[in-house]
Amino acid sequence: MSDKPVNHARAAEHFIEDTPHLQFHDERLWDMRQKRDAQMHILPEWQELREEASRIKEHTLSRLPEYLEQFETNARKNGIHVHWARDGAEHNRIVGEILKAHNARNLIKSKSMVTEECDMRPYLAKQGVTVTETDLGERIQQLDDQLPSHIVVPAVHKLTADVAKIFAKDYHTDPEIRDPHLLAEAQRQAARPVILHADAGMTGGNFVVAETGTFVVCTNEGNADLSATVPNLHIATIGIERLVPRMADMGVFIRLLSRSALGSPITQYTTHFRGPQKGGEMHVVLVDNGRSARLGMEDFWTSLKCIRCGACMNTCPVYRRSGGLSYGAVYSGPIGAIIDPTFNERKYSTLPYASTLNGSCTNVCPVKINIHEQLYKWRRVLVQHHEMPFVKREIMHMAGKLMGQPRMYRAAIKATEVSLSTMPRFVLYNWLNPWGKHRENPHPVKQTFNDWYRKNRETAAKPAAAPETKK
Amino acid sequence: MKIGLFIPCYIDAFYPDAGIATLELLEKLGQDVEYPLDQTCCGQPMGNSGCNSDAAAAEALFVRNFARYDKIVMPSGSCTHHVRDNFDAIPQTDEVRHVRENTYELVEFLHDILKVDAFPWAEFNHTVGLHNSCGTLRALRTASMSELGEKPFSKPMDLLSKVKGIRFATPKRPDECCGFGGTFSVTEEAVSAKMGVDKVRDHHQAGAEYIVSADSSCIMHQQGCAERAGVPIRFIHIAQILNGASQ
Repeated sequence: MSDKPVNHARAAEHFIEDTPHLQFHDERLWDMRQKRDAQMHILPEWQELREEASRIKEHTLSRLPEYLEQFETNARKNGIHVHWARDGAEHNRIVGEILKAHNARNLIKSKSMVTEECDMRPYLAKQGVTVTETDLGERIQQLDDQLPSHIVVPAVHKLTADVAKIFAKDYHTDPEIRDPHLLAEAQRQAARPVILHADAGMTGGNFVVAETGTFVVCTNEGNADLSATVPNLHIATIGIERLVPRMADMGVFIRLLSRSALGSPITQYTTHFRGPQKGGEMHVVLVDNGRSARLGMEDFWTSLKCIRCGACMNTCPVYRRSGGLSYGAVYSGPIGAIIDPTFNERKYSTLPYASTLNGSCTNVCPVKINIHEQLYKWRRVLVQHHEMPFVKREIMHMAGKLMGQPRMYRAAIKATEVSLSTMPRFVLYNWLNPWGKHRENPHPVKQTFNDWYRKNRETAAKPAAAPETKK
Repeated sequence: MKIGLFIPCYIDAFYPDAGIATLELLEKLGQDVEYPLDQTCCGQPMGNSGCNSDAAAAEALFVRNFARYDKIVMPSGSCTHHVRDNFDAIPQTDEVRHVRENTYELVEFLHDILKVDAFPWAEFNHTVGLHNSCGTLRALRTASMSELGEKPFSKPMDLLSKVKGIRFATPKRPDECCGFGGTFSVTEEAVSAKMGVDKVRDHHQAGAEYIVSADSSCIMHQQGCAERAGVPIRFIHIAQILNGASQ
């Protein structure tokens, strides 16, 4: 796969040009943010819950190996097969082997971002396994051959008409359907026979409980429960950071998850999986895929606290206007921008810049990840590692020098004023000047504040600071 | 108390009236204010871009200019945020720490330090929409933030409501970022401009004649967006209203 830097700005520009999609996307996600706010106001203990969730996650991450082993021991006691995958390739191989051992060719799968991370579907396709997504949004994205654009609502960037077109192609429904209920019904009719005849089911896992050796899956469509229970073979793919120590901790996270995500008090289905069903088999694949390495990154390890609610995406004014696909990554939005570079610094070097650092993401995060501060820190790291376009780097270098030399700086300010007042519009508003593409330039002034002060407060003007050092 | 006045580059070059109003206002309030002539920039643009080492010269100059003052006041939230929270391209000497700990954004200086309770000279017979920059709102916490569900408070609003004749309009998304974001406004021009247009339309639809802000960088961006999109709304720095500007 190419590691050419993702051009977020250009992809975002493209998304913005499509007004109906942009407007729907922005309003839909803002609506989720507002519903989240309403839920927060209902619970006076909201900030305490966030604090508690953050504390539990930090504690767990600080003793991750210990808790993982505790989970493994208890899960095995429950009759669950536990596998460890260092990376995506190992994960895919493990899943492939389990399926092969059962001669399973049809896998139904509930939403799981980790399998996207591992690029599992193409791998299994080559092994002759048909993978069918059972989550409505995820299925739409699968049929359209796109990554999910949002962690929780994967097809949120699509309008009903887009879905109708996709379903018409694959399900032979009327491409003119505009009723979402009819489209949901079409998916139901198409998915049910596949589910009934599946050889194996796969889910993710929102939470893994060390003390009990169990895991919890939260959905709103019930598709995970079907995927896990209709076939006799259930494989759950879970990132190693999804752990909590005790069952008692679940109360904190279940209260926060759906409220933060969609602004609903709880997910429609919150299922605790304790072991295989009678006559069946249950496998848990615990995936590292860079997580241990991230745990060792001083400034960035707390991103592992993430419970994948998507609240940071919903509140992010940049994400809402650029769409998830513009991030060119499995994880988009603010959380994506701080974890994607841990997978590939060069490819995702532009993402920490796809933010105004406004900090709203940090405020909504149910586990109190300091997202915008990590975005800031990532920029420093990427510049140190030379993952910044040469021109921009040079401009900053020159600006930095200029700002240290008052006389040169004064001369430069003069030049700016002269150019703004005398340069013809077509020069100012050409492609070299992105500022002027959708904005007027600031108006030129007769004198700067500095000039005014020299003229009007001359006597008060104090001598310069220590003289500049000659370079 | 000797005050060093820092006038950020946007104000110096494009909004000198906001700088003059800041100085005059502090003088009206009986403050001993000086403006060191050899000032340039606080280093924020470089720091924000990740080019932190390039901010060293600006930060060192800033300290040379301002270390001798008891308090440093500036009419800019984002620059204050840089000095206070991210000013670390140079070794953290006692002088640097003094500067960082004693730098204030104008509104918080008036509200928290001087505790000004009247602006008898100020009258502004217009409906205004307040724009809190993210620097003042979320970094300096000069107002409550909608995401945290705090009991509502607003230092700029406290000050503005002491001005005769002023009326307020509240936009639908009062504390959404306007999209300036420093170099973001250029490197992500399309998203930035879209955010800016949305912001000024929101204020306009709420009935604001003016957008008032403590940050000229946000104003410069929003004004550019409003003018291009033909949104009839005017812009003013909070210092100008508090200093008695009538329009």
